[in-house]
Amino acid sequence: MNFSLNTFLFGLYPYIALVVCVVACFIRFDREQYTWKAGSSQLLRTKNMVLASNLFHIGIIFILFGHIVGLLTPESLYHYVISTPNKQLLAMISGGFFGLLCLVGLIMLLHRRLTDPRVRASSSFSDIAVLVLLLIQLLLGLMTIFISAEHLDGSVMLLLANWAQSIVTFQPMQAAASIANVHILYKLHVFFGISIILVFPFTRLVHMISAPVWYLGRNYQIVRQKRT
Amino acid sequence: MKIRSQVGMVLNLDKCIGCHTCSITCKNVWSSREGMEYAWFNNVESKPGVGYPNNWEDQDKWKGGWELKKNGSIKPKIGGKLKVLSKIFANPDMPQIDDYYEPFDFDYQHLHTAPEGKHQPTARPRSLVSGKRMKKIETGPNWEEILGGEYEKRSADKNLQNKFEAVEKQMYGEYENTFMMYLPRLCEHCLNPTCVASCPSGAIYKREEDGIVLIDQDKCRGWRMCVSGCPYKKIYFNWKSGKSEKCIFCYPRIEAGQPTVCSETCVGRIRYLGVLLYDADRIEEVASSPKETDLYENQLSVFLDPNDPKVIAQARKDGVPDSVIESAQQSPVYKLAVDWKLALPLHPEYRTLPMVWYVPPLSPIQGAADSGAIGMSGVIPDVDSLRIPIQYLANMLTAGDEVPVRLALKRLLAMRAYKRSELVEGVDEYAVLEEVGLSREQVEEMYRYLAIANYEDRFVIPTAHREQALKYAQDEANGCGFTFGNGCSDGNSDVNMFGGKKANRKDVISSVQIWED
Repeated sequence: MNFSLNTFLFGLYPYIALVVCVVACFIRFDREQYTWKAGSSQLLRTKNMVLASNLFHIGIIFILFGHIVGLLTPESLYHYVISTPNKQLLAMISGGFFGLLCLVGLIMLLHRRLTDPRVRASSSFSDIAVLVLLLIQLLLGLMTIFISAEHLDGSVMLLLANWAQSIVTFQPMQAAASIANVHILYKLHVFFGISIILVFPFTRLVHMISAPVWYLGRNYQIVRQKRT
Repeated sequence: MKIRSQVGMVLNLDKCIGCHTCSITCKNVWSSREGMEYAWFNNVESKPGVGYPNNWEDQDKWKGGWELKKNGSIKPKIGGKLKVLSKIFANPDMPQIDDYYEPFDFDYQHLHTAPEGKHQPTARPRSLVSGKRMKKIETGPNWEEILGGEYEKRSADKNLQNKFEAVEKQMYGEYENTFMMYLPRLCEHCLNPTCVASCPSGAIYKREEDGIVLIDQDKCRGWRMCVSGCPYKKIYFNWKSGKSEKCIFCYPRIEAGQPTVCSETCVGRIRYLGVLLYDADRIEEVASSPKETDLYENQLSVFLDPNDPKVIAQARKDGVPDSVIESAQQSPVYKLAVDWKLALPLHPEYRTLPMVWYVPPLSPIQGAADSGAIGMSGVIPDVDSLRIPIQYLANMLTAGDEVPVRLALKRLLAMRAYKRSELVEGVDEYAVLEEVGLSREQVEEMYRYLAIANYEDRFVIPTAHREQALKYAQDEANGCGFTFGNGCSDGNSDVNMFGGKKANRKDVISSVQIWED
């Protein structure tokens, strides 16, 4: 049968995840905005927080944007700047570096969340689950670097990029086909990535949508009027 | 000129007896919730002392308020916008809960359920954060009550640093020379609030009609910069909801023309609430005054005379309702702060232009005990022989400038001397008033406001003009009243898909009843 597990996981599942993510984010923002927050526990324990949280966030933000740019830029476009093998090398090195930063921060944060009695007691299931999920995903991602090191020609990277570009251009069958023969680690990494998108609106991860970049452009003082 | 109105507050420290009724009633009404146990929108500190949270006045440490840049403009002390954003992942200038205190409760249930034994059962403390046993309670919201604790620790008080010699400071630690005063504190509802300026989400705002500074609980994302930005440390991070909360100046009461809970319940009648009209266009200019000691006088110049026809005309043009202008004309706050110059702002050097002002306290005459003779300045005692050092009050209320503090204290003394002569000896001692620049009428009014302190003199609050917020009042008919933004429906299930608890479900602190050992 052609409609295999592969087709479901990499052709259909991404759309389920994206739809759930967008719709649920909208509902949450519209009806339950009180729950929309970063969920900081810094007040309860500041120790190591500055180091751990910065390492984690700087690492993960770079990785996130790295993935978006890396996966979605068409080959024909980035060829003006960089060759495919070189791009793979760049992705491996920079991803590896920031991945390690993120890993150190993430492990520190997870350790803090699980062992500090105050932080543990005030943690919800999703606070812990989200860290574990990110840790699994990060470790998978870091492990793929070793697989990639075995083939430096950029061919697998192209397959993965094809998958991502097919998904965003609504070609699910082509997407599933392009990813069918890559190493299981990549597949697992992609699967967990999609799963993170799926659970995104139900966790504190939503705070990234509210990254307060607008702050840079606004006046210091804000006054609200009762008059309509 | 852009005229806005604000309901300000004055606290007459001369009459504060430190009973904490304000703190307790406030807490019972607003912050007796999970995540807010440690937060006191209103607290009363014994001074000198480091206060709550720990040494909040030390802005070298906490980076609250504004600082003057070289080019003469001001920026938040925690940093400009880029710097604030760079601290967003972990705020290095934020107090930890231990800087306030770890909230606790006692195992009261154990007193009921303990098996029969040789000894009386005890109710031991437990942390309300972790639920774990606390061996010892290390600190609390009022740990230095009535000069509790070592002077060594208490004398870290910032107000004892500026212009105090080490020897002098040591001297005030001695029993014979020690002094004390109470300082009830709440959000200052500043004209130039740093919390608003440092909020990356733009969730904190000042209300145009009554000047109350509020945090939009929906828009707050919990970036925690406001906690650092506020130099009075009057924004509290709710560790349960992940959002910041602060004193709301009991706005539902203010809107209804009622005083705040802390003011209403004050047994010493020390609190005054009244409208001030101010020129919003001059806030930035005044907040950037080059000299810190000018900030008090300059802030006074922002307040406008509500009886001036020009001001009235402009206020009407700017949309200030007549009821508010009339209240401003009767405002006890205007009288105490501007007319009589008795009330002074708390730490004007933070450049936030605070709107909760304080009448400095008189204190026992120290010289009398020393020499048997009271230092006199004319017919009133010399303010320098008061037990609380003038410089201490000045560091707290006027950025170190003694002149306004002296004037306020002298006026308080003169009022007492004058009324005493009049009522006890039947003599009209007008000379004493002349010396401090008060007229007979003024002093009679001062006496009425400060000594008698009638309810209707203390609280002159215009009701809010709700109709201004509605396009069509008819639309409100059959509405669902107060909701959490979900329209009339809150659903029927107890489950919240997004991990929060239902906004309309209120948790009373339940942890105390279910302790296991």
